[in-house]
Amino acid sequence: MNSLHTGLILAVAFLLVFIEATVGGFRRVVGAQIELLPSLMIYTGLSTGLPSITLLAICGGLWLDSLSANPLGVTVLPLFIVGLVVQRYRGLILRDQRFAQMVIGACASGAVPLMTLIVLLNTHRRPLVGWISLWQWTLMIVAGGLMTPVWFRLFGWLTDKFMYRSLGETSFRPDREIKRGRD
Amino acid sequence: MLRRPHYIALGIVVLVTVAILKLPSRTAAKLKLAVSALYVPLFGAAGSTQKTAERAGNAVVPRKELVAQLDEVQRANQQLRLRAAQLETLAQENIRLRSLLQLPKLVPWTLKPAQVVARDPANWWRTVRIDRGSRDGVVTNSPVLNIDGLVGRVSEVGLTHSQVVLVGDPNCRVSVLIEETREHGIIEPTSSTPLDSTIVELGYLSRNAKLAPGQRVITSGHGGIFPKGIVVGHIVDFHSVDFGLYTQARIKLSVNMNALEEVFVKLP
Repeated sequence: MNSLHTGLILAVAFLLVFIEATVGGFRRVVGAQIELLPSLMIYTGLSTGLPSITLLAICGGLWLDSLSANPLGVTVLPLFIVGLVVQRYRGLILRDQRFAQMVIGACASGAVPLMTLIVLLNTHRRPLVGWISLWQWTLMIVAGGLMTPVWFRLFGWLTDKFMYRSLGETSFRPDREIKRGRD
Repeated sequence: MLRRPHYIALGIVVLVTVAILKLPSRTAAKLKLAVSALYVPLFGAAGSTQKTAERAGNAVVPRKELVAQLDEVQRANQQLRLRAAQLETLAQENIRLRSLLQLPKLVPWTLKPAQVVARDPANWWRTVRIDRGSRDGVVTNSPVLNIDGLVGRVSEVGLTHSQVVLVGDPNCRVSVLIEETREHGIIEPTSSTPLDSTIVELGYLSRNAKLAPGQRVITSGHGGIFPKGIVVGHIVDFHSVDFGLYTQARIKLSVNMNALEEVFVKLP
């Protein structure tokens, strides 16, 4: 994986935040805005290194907060913690299994809003939270879980299109070369 | 356990978060505007795409329908002109009487139309972003309304875009009065029905307040942000709180906050 991969992840995160802010159809129908950065962080945590996770947490968090009434920086730490934990224990996760991706994506989509809320309450803000927030939280978990395998497919496709494939091992062996000639 | 690089990365992120959260509010607001300015080209592109789609849609509307709409608009225009003439007479009379009573002159509102371009991506705030900024004369705390009534106030102003806190958000409290009884109260967010963003709570009403469902609620003009007389909504129901010390009412907002598209910003 190279810097282009990290660039692609950041570009998708940038567009994702824009789409979340401008497309209100889902919110109008079900009364909740889904948050897909945590599921993207799961993909990043399972496929890339620590620099990409740190960059996504900082940039994604700042972009999201800049379009929201959240204090700037409030989403950065929750996103990073999710990415860090997943990256640290990715050897234990069956990351190629779609079901595993969904479960981890759902857990992350539930954990990030909770941690954000805790940070938010520590900044002495009074967000609009009530019983119905449980419904919104459930929707975020479900949507995050469903979207995680989509990121794996999308980035698999993007990686195929935009990056060089690693060369396969050649079958040529110099000791088995047939030398032709007169002598 | 975490390894050394993990601790270093965690330290960097914690440091960045704390540094940003502890910035002075003005600096934080400026930084926020600078970061959100990255989205300005995308907002512009989305706006022009929408306009192009609208134009393409308009091109295929049948002529018969357009003529019918034109007739309707002309009829409405005539009625409104008649009403405007009547109101002009009343306004003149009002000015004359105010000068006789030596009351201060009423300044007519200057309204700037704006388009809602984005909504808050977080579920716990009710804010929208509009395509007018300091370039258009918008300042912080400018009241925002539409033809149905009060929408909210401007909370952050960028060069080309501004953030509007909607009525019902914890950061937008409005001093109001009930039109019939002249009873004063304050609009507060309700956490009991956050799914329905058109219901808010009206608190701090006196326990003897004579309330009835359907009574109209308008801005009181107190507080210095919202001018007097903007329609906010009407009473749905009411009950006593704090062992009967106060009365609280639920208000149905006259503006559907979920379907906001065009608004007006009242310029100073």
